[in-house]
Amino acid sequence: MRVLMFGWEFPPHIAGGLGTACYGMTRGLARNGVDVTFVVPHAYGDEDQRFTHVLNASDVEALYGSVGSGSDDILDKLSFIRIDSNMVPYISPEEYATYHEQFVKTGQTTWTTTDAWKQRYTFSGKYGANLMEEVARYAVVAAQVARDLEGQFDVIHAHDWLTYYAGIAAKRVSGKPLIVHMHATEYDRTGENVNTQVYAIEKAGMQAADRVMAVSNLTRNIVITKYGIPAGRVVTMHNAVRFAENSSAAPERGVKDKIITFLGRITYQKGPDYFVEAAAKVLKRIPNVRFVMAGSGDMMNHVIRRVARLGIADRFHFTGFLRGEDVHKMFQLSDVYVMPSVSEPFGISPLEAMRSNVPVIISKQSGVAEVLDYAVKVDYWDVDAMADAMAGLIKYPALAGMFASKGLEEVTNLKWNNVAAKIKAVYEEVIAENSNQPK
Amino acid sequence: MKTVCLYFQVHQPWRLKKYRFFNMGVDHNYLDDMQNRSIMQKVARQCYLPMNALLLKLIKENKGRFRCSFSITGIAMEQMRVYAPEVLDSFKELSATGCVEFLAETYSHSLASLASKEDFAQQVKLHMAALKKELGVKPTAFRNTELIYSDEIGAAVAEMGFRTMLAEGAKHVLGWKSPNFVYANAIDQKLRLLLRNYKLSDDIAFRFSNRGWDQWPLTAEKYASWLASDETPGEVINLFMDYETFGEHQHADTGIFDFMKALPKAVLAKGNGLEFATVSESARKYQPVAVLHCPHTMSWADEERDVTAWLGNELQNEAFSKLYSLKEKVAQLGNPDFDYVWSFLQTSDHFYYMATKWLSDGDVHSYFNPYDSAYDAFINYMNVLSDFMIELDKALEAKVVKALGRSARRK
Repeated sequence: MRVLMFGWEFPPHIAGGLGTACYGMTRGLARNGVDVTFVVPHAYGDEDQRFTHVLNASDVEALYGSVGSGSDDILDKLSFIRIDSNMVPYISPEEYATYHEQFVKTGQTTWTTTDAWKQRYTFSGKYGANLMEEVARYAVVAAQVARDLEGQFDVIHAHDWLTYYAGIAAKRVSGKPLIVHMHATEYDRTGENVNTQVYAIEKAGMQAADRVMAVSNLTRNIVITKYGIPAGRVVTMHNAVRFAENSSAAPERGVKDKIITFLGRITYQKGPDYFVEAAAKVLKRIPNVRFVMAGSGDMMNHVIRRVARLGIADRFHFTGFLRGEDVHKMFQLSDVYVMPSVSEPFGISPLEAMRSNVPVIISKQSGVAEVLDYAVKVDYWDVDAMADAMAGLIKYPALAGMFASKGLEEVTNLKWNNVAAKIKAVYEEVIAENSNQPK
Repeated sequence: MKTVCLYFQVHQPWRLKKYRFFNMGVDHNYLDDMQNRSIMQKVARQCYLPMNALLLKLIKENKGRFRCSFSITGIAMEQMRVYAPEVLDSFKELSATGCVEFLAETYSHSLASLASKEDFAQQVKLHMAALKKELGVKPTAFRNTELIYSDEIGAAVAEMGFRTMLAEGAKHVLGWKSPNFVYANAIDQKLRLLLRNYKLSDDIAFRFSNRGWDQWPLTAEKYASWLASDETPGEVINLFMDYETFGEHQHADTGIFDFMKALPKAVLAKGNGLEFATVSESARKYQPVAVLHCPHTMSWADEERDVTAWLGNELQNEAFSKLYSLKEKVAQLGNPDFDYVWSFLQTSDHFYYMATKWLSDGDVHSYFNPYDSAYDAFINYMNVLSDFMIELDKALEAKVVKALGRSARRK
C-alpha cells in the first residue's frame, strides 16, 4: 500500500505536536508495510530555485537522530518531497501578513528570529502575498506532484488545514481517496472568534474527504457539531508517542525546590493564566516550590504582568521558547507537569513528561485525557482543584511516585505501531469503497 | 552678574548577561563582560577622553574662569578602572586644576533613597570612599540618582552632612517660580538646592542636533546670548546633563565639541555679565530666595518628571520589592561578595529597561538598552535575582551551621 502524505517537517525544524505526530505516524506506517511519500513545505533562502526537492530519508534530521537510523527498513518505505513555501504550522493569516509586510518594506527575503526568548522559524518573503494565496499556490504545486507521481500511490492523507487544498487538488488530479487529519480545529485555536476563511478551508477539506481522522473524541464531536460532517465519516484516531531509545543523562539540578512546569505555546488555547492563578494559590501554602512557564506566545506579556502583580515573580520563572535538548532538560528538572489547556484536541506533551517519570495534571478539556488513567484530571477553569492537585503531588511523595511509575507504564504502551495499524485499516476501507464506486 | 553652573553626570551600569532559567543554581556570573567592556571603551573613546581633554584645555585657556562639576557613579569608576583606566587619569588631571568639583551620590546609581534611609546613607558613604580612592577628592555637594528628590530625601541628605543638593526645576513643583535661584529644603533649611533649568539644559542635551528645531543650528554665541538676555532672569543658571551628551547622544559630527570649545569664550565675553562656578560655589554665593515644597518625589526623567520611569508598572514594582526584601538577609550575612552583587543589582538602569511607557521619551529609554522589550528585561532580571536569593539562603544557612558548630565546641 502506498500513501501520498501532505505533512509537516519533523522536529527540530519546527515546534509543536504537529511535526512530532507526523514523524511518529510515518514511522508506524512504514513498520506496518505502508510506503509513504511525504510532502512538506519548506522555506529556502535564495540559494534554491527549484520547485520541489526530493530527499533521501536519511538526510532528514530529526529530534531523535536521523530518520534512517536503526536497523529497520523504514528507509526504503519513506521518500520525501519538499515544496518551497512559507507555510509553517499554526501560523495565522495575521502573523503571515506581518511577515510579508516586513518583506515588502525591507526587501529582505529570509530571516530567522534569533531572540532566545522567542520561537525561531526561518521565514522567506518570496512566496504568496498572503497566507490564503500561499495555501492556494501550495495546492497548485501539490497537484503537479500528484500528476508526476501518478500510479505511485493509492490514498492521500493531509494534515492540518493549511494542506487541505493540496489534498483536494491531489484527489481531483488522481481520483484517489482523500483522508484529512484534524489535529486542531479553528475553534481550539481561537475560542469562538473563528477566522471564517480558515473555517471554510477546514470545512471544504473535510467535505471533500472520504474520511476525517480526529485526534480525540473531543475533536470528533467538534467536527460533527460545528462543521456538520456526517458522524459515519469521522473516526477518532488517538495519537501515540515515540521516545528516544536512550534518554540523556539528567541535567545538573541547581535548584533544590520542587519544580512545577507548564510547557507549551503561551496562547489562549493552552490556558496559561489558569496555571498562574493556581501557582499563586500553591505558593501561599507551600513555600519551597517553583513554577516554570516554558514557551512563548501572544499571551506571554500578559502572563508576565499578572505574575508580577501577584508578587510571585521570584518563584515563577520564564524560559522563553525551548527546543530539542532543552525540552528534555526541562522535563527532567520537573516534579510535576501541568497542561491546563482550555481546548486541546490531543496534547502530546503530558506523554513526554510521563516518559520522563513526571506525574502530570491535565485538563479534562484535552483529548489526551481520553487515553490516560494515571494523570490527575481537572477542569481547566477550576484553579482551586488545580492548586490542590499540585500541592498534593508535591507534599505526598507516595502519590507522586505512584502516578510517575504507573504513568510511565501506561505511556510506554501508547505505540504509533498500533495507531498506524488502525490508520492502515482505514486506508484499506476507503480504497475498497473507492474501487467499488462506478467510474 | 549671573552664574552659569555646568554639571555633568557620568554613569554606566553593569549590564546583565542573558541569564536563563537553566543557569539558576548553577552559574553565578551575572554580568555581560563583553558588552560592558565594549560599551565602556566605546564611550571612553567617543566621549570621556576627548571631552575631558577639551575641558582641561578650556580651563587652562581661561585661567580658572571656566569651571564645572561632575558626578561619577561608583560602578562607572569600577568599569573605567578595569576597561579604560586612562579615563580615571584624565579626571584626576581635571580635579588637579581646582576648577572642577565632584559630587557625591549613591555608589551604584541606585533607587535606595526610595527604599530605605539607612541603605541610602550607606551607599553614599561607599561612593565617597570610592571618590577618595580613585580621585582623591572629598565631595561636599550631593546629587541623587536621576535627580530624584523630595522634602524627605533632601532632609536625609542634609543629615548626612551635605549643604548643597541638585534637583530638577520641575514645572509642577516650581509653578510660577524660576529655577534660576537658590532654594532651600522644606524640612532642613540649611540644605541649599540648585534646580536644573531644563529648557536651557535640554537645548544642548536633546535639541542640539535636531534639524527640525527652529533654533538649529545652535552656536555658542547664540546660546550665550540666551543666557545673558533678560529673558533668562535670576542669579544662577543650572545646566545639568548626562556627560554622554558629548560625543554619544550628540555625535561628534553634529559639531557638539566645537560648540563646547567656543562656549566659555562666548559666555565670558565682556558685557554679558556671566561667570562660571561649580555647584558648591554657586550655592554659597547666593542666599536661598525661598523654601521649595516638594512632598512628592520628582526626578529629571521623562515628560512627567517623576519616578514612573523606574517604578511605574507592575514589573518594576515587583522586581523592586523583591530586591529590597533581601535587605535584612544581605546585612545579616555580611559577606563582601554578596554585598557587591546586591549593590550592582540595585542600579536604576535595570528598572529603567522594564519601563513600558514608550511615548515621547522612547528614544532615551532605548539608548544603550540591551533588551528587546520590558518583558525580556524583567525575566532576565528576575532570573538573576532568583539565583541570588537561592545563593543568599544557602550562604546564610552555612553561616548559621558554622556558628552553631562553634558554640557547641565551646561547650
